[in-house]
Amino acid sequence: MKKLASKLYLAIIFVILYAPIVVLMVYSFNDSKTSKWSGFTLHWYQELFQSSMILSALRTTLILAFLSATISTVIGVISCLGIQALKPRFHNIMMALNNIPMVNSELVTGLALMILFITIGISAGFMTVLIAHITFCVPYVILSVMPRLKQSSKSTYEAALDLGATPLLAFFKVVLPDLMPGILSGYMLAFTMSLDDFIITHFTKGAGLNTLSTLIYSELRRGVKPTINALSTLMFLTVLIILLLMNRPRQRGESPS
Amino acid sequence: MTKKSFAFPYLFWMIAFTVIPLLLIAVYGFTDRSSGAFTLSNFLAISTKEHWSALLLSLKLSLISTAVCLLLAYPLAMILKKTGTSRTGFIVFLFILPMWMNFLLRTYAWLNLLDDGGILDRFFGLLGIDYRSPIGTTSAIVLGMVYNYLPFMVLPLFNVLSKIDENVVNAARDLGANSVQTFFRIILPLSFPGIVSGITMVFVPALTTFAISDILGARKVLLIGNIIEQEFSTASNWNLGSGLSMVLMIFILISMAILNHYDKNGEGNAF
Amino acid sequence: MKAPLIDLQHLSKSFDGELILDDLNLSVHENEFVTLLGPSGCGKTTTLRMIGGFVTPDHGSIIFDGKDITALPPHKRQLNTVFQKYALFTHMNIAENIAFGLKIKGKSKAYIQDKIKYALKLVNLEGYENRTPDSLSGGQQQRIAIARAIVNEPKVLLLDEPLGALDLKLRQDMQYELIRLKNELGITFIYVTHDQEEALTMSDTIVVMNQGYIQQMGTPEQIYNEPENAFVADFIGESNILDAIMVEDKVVKICGIPFPCVDVGFGTNKPVDAVIRPEDIELRAPREGGLNGRVSHLIFKGVHYEMEVEAGGFCWLVQSTTMYPVGTEVSICVDPFNIQIMNKPESDDERAVGLDD
Repeated sequence: MKKLASKLYLAIIFVILYAPIVVLMVYSFNDSKTSKWSGFTLHWYQELFQSSMILSALRTTLILAFLSATISTVIGVISCLGIQALKPRFHNIMMALNNIPMVNSELVTGLALMILFITIGISAGFMTVLIAHITFCVPYVILSVMPRLKQSSKSTYEAALDLGATPLLAFFKVVLPDLMPGILSGYMLAFTMSLDDFIITHFTKGAGLNTLSTLIYSELRRGVKPTINALSTLMFLTVLIILLLMNRPRQRGESPS
Repeated sequence: MTKKSFAFPYLFWMIAFTVIPLLLIAVYGFTDRSSGAFTLSNFLAISTKEHWSALLLSLKLSLISTAVCLLLAYPLAMILKKTGTSRTGFIVFLFILPMWMNFLLRTYAWLNLLDDGGILDRFFGLLGIDYRSPIGTTSAIVLGMVYNYLPFMVLPLFNVLSKIDENVVNAARDLGANSVQTFFRIILPLSFPGIVSGITMVFVPALTTFAISDILGARKVLLIGNIIEQEFSTASNWNLGSGLSMVLMIFILISMAILNHYDKNGEGNAF
Repeated sequence: MKAPLIDLQHLSKSFDGELILDDLNLSVHENEFVTLLGPSGCGKTTTLRMIGGFVTPDHGSIIFDGKDITALPPHKRQLNTVFQKYALFTHMNIAENIAFGLKIKGKSKAYIQDKIKYALKLVNLEGYENRTPDSLSGGQQQRIAIARAIVNEPKVLLLDEPLGALDLKLRQDMQYELIRLKNELGITFIYVTHDQEEALTMSDTIVVMNQGYIQQMGTPEQIYNEPENAFVADFIGESNILDAIMVEDKVVKICGIPFPCVDVGFGTNKPVDAVIRPEDIELRAPREGGLNGRVSHLIFKGVHYEMEVEAGGFCWLVQSTTMYPVGTEVSICVDPFNIQIMNKPESDDERAVGLDD
């Protein structure tokens, strides 16, 4: 009885969670621009691949996510090593500073960066958005890598040195693989955050540059075209398939204990 | 070169792109738009009727959403904890997956579902039930907030709950506590860090949102986020916008201080 | 004889189709120190958790003090558990941890204060009331876990590998501590461990378990000196288990040489297993004892020397305070009392079932 209730509860939550997504997917096949169903079509998918505006926004979004995740991960990992070596007091100051973008709302972070860029005269464009994304992505990387670094024992690094590895080799052969799970999840988080970000991009992008988020926002007033739905459907399914494939061997390999 | 110096580049980055921008907001917030002289008027502008009611509404809606999220997420996290270990990974994955569809679009989809002439309207129409769309009301905005931020509440709660040793719960039962007593005296206090972290992650974005109210409020509902956004984008009054942002930051800082009082160890991080 | 305090009747349990316990029967008497001993996965912890109420048996019943408590939830059972890794409440200080059960029962403040004092004194941690569990060492946390359980005055204390996380020296100290506690409290202890030394040191009764079955039950002396089957002989201490033939009553042929022994009733010319403990073997000059051999390995172990002797096509483990260098020709001599004869299992099934009927 209790089990049934909890299953029912889970089911209801998932229906609510996925209802809008299903609606979007269904509408990407709708032959009408309105919410009235008027027959199946692949028209929006055809239009999607001809729309230079959407495709360029997609390209910007993906490049941005890739660059900001990669750069943030590199900065994050290097900083973690440094922060770890700091005295507790400076360690805490660094971590407090690191937490600011996470606690400070995206609204304030975005506005503050916009004011900065305009004040020092950097014209808004791809670079400003990239800097902004890195600024809010690094904290996530650090928060993913730091616990891993604290857990990993110093002795493996020292063992590598003892066995004749140079510090650099020991880092790449021993420390880095040990941190890898944290680094990967930090990278994924940074990528997702950058991909899904709207507010900070909204304030730091210049005219003419669009990510998918800002493109959608500008279209909201006129009503979002089903081409965007089509694109989202494709992206969602791609991610779903990739993640399912990635999760599969790991689940099988898990021991039941 | 010591290992410590590895922290310096990021320190400079944070000073340049986190600390200085915030100081700039303070500069703008405390200066007059035309004369550039020191003033408190941008600050005090919060007391005008329009701004004050927007701030109160924002506070009210974000508190309601946070509470609803907590109430929905806690049993959810408990259920997830009880599900066998091999399946929880997959279920948590199901919570993160929707985030890969653009958040504006997901919110917009609710418009399709709820609006007059939308799917629910037609459905109730078929049943002959009179349907009143919530679009443009505060309840639609609360729905949008809960929908968007629920995973941010579930994940830290699930993390902290799954770290509780099953034998600690058993020990309480063993010492004579029934399931209600066990929950309130053991599980709830032990999960506090997760609750704090979840509340922060829902309350802050909910308090400052302008996109959700834009979409589901049909521009009939003005939140403080909308007002600040407009000061910067359409009205171009940065001084006023900065002043109002600082008021918002003060509210966030106060709530964080209250919450951190209960989470001294910072164990409740979601990641 | 008095009726048992706890009576486990025909308990069975499977997890995910895997049989953990099969038709287990066990009686525990008042004021007894019973140890469930066995390798991991033998069902000992499951048995303990069933008594505690954390696992429901698929079949069978648990009788406590004459009442069936099989379906009773843990918080209504008059017994308390000391958990593996202590399971202290980290959000409470030591006093609050100990007071937990008493507060639930609605005892008065003064009574609770008294009890905390008494319990801390009993476990030698007076003055620790306001410390947090995190600030204590493993051994201290262990004592608090015991104190937290015993203030509730249970009739039975269940201990689930309580010393597993402690280092060797501390573990030995705690063994004496536990015996002292049991004598002072005068209650029943049911103790789960995989450590034979703990079991032999502390118990009144040892229950050796393997693969969900009880292999043997008895006093530490019985278990050690008269193992009933090869599993028990092998698991408890070190032993030589040898193929042998029972020629007639009181004569057993090992490696072709007849040895006098004290066992009777195995029939004539029947294949059996003979168990001889390494410390029970006496080495003498060649041809003085029954079986001749040669020392092939020698290790100094502190209290004795451990040697391997190749004799009669078998490698004998021998412990002795006299050293015989490698290569020495020796003969093997065993006191008839120290040869333990066991029936050979007729099949693998019987090896596991062993004690049915």
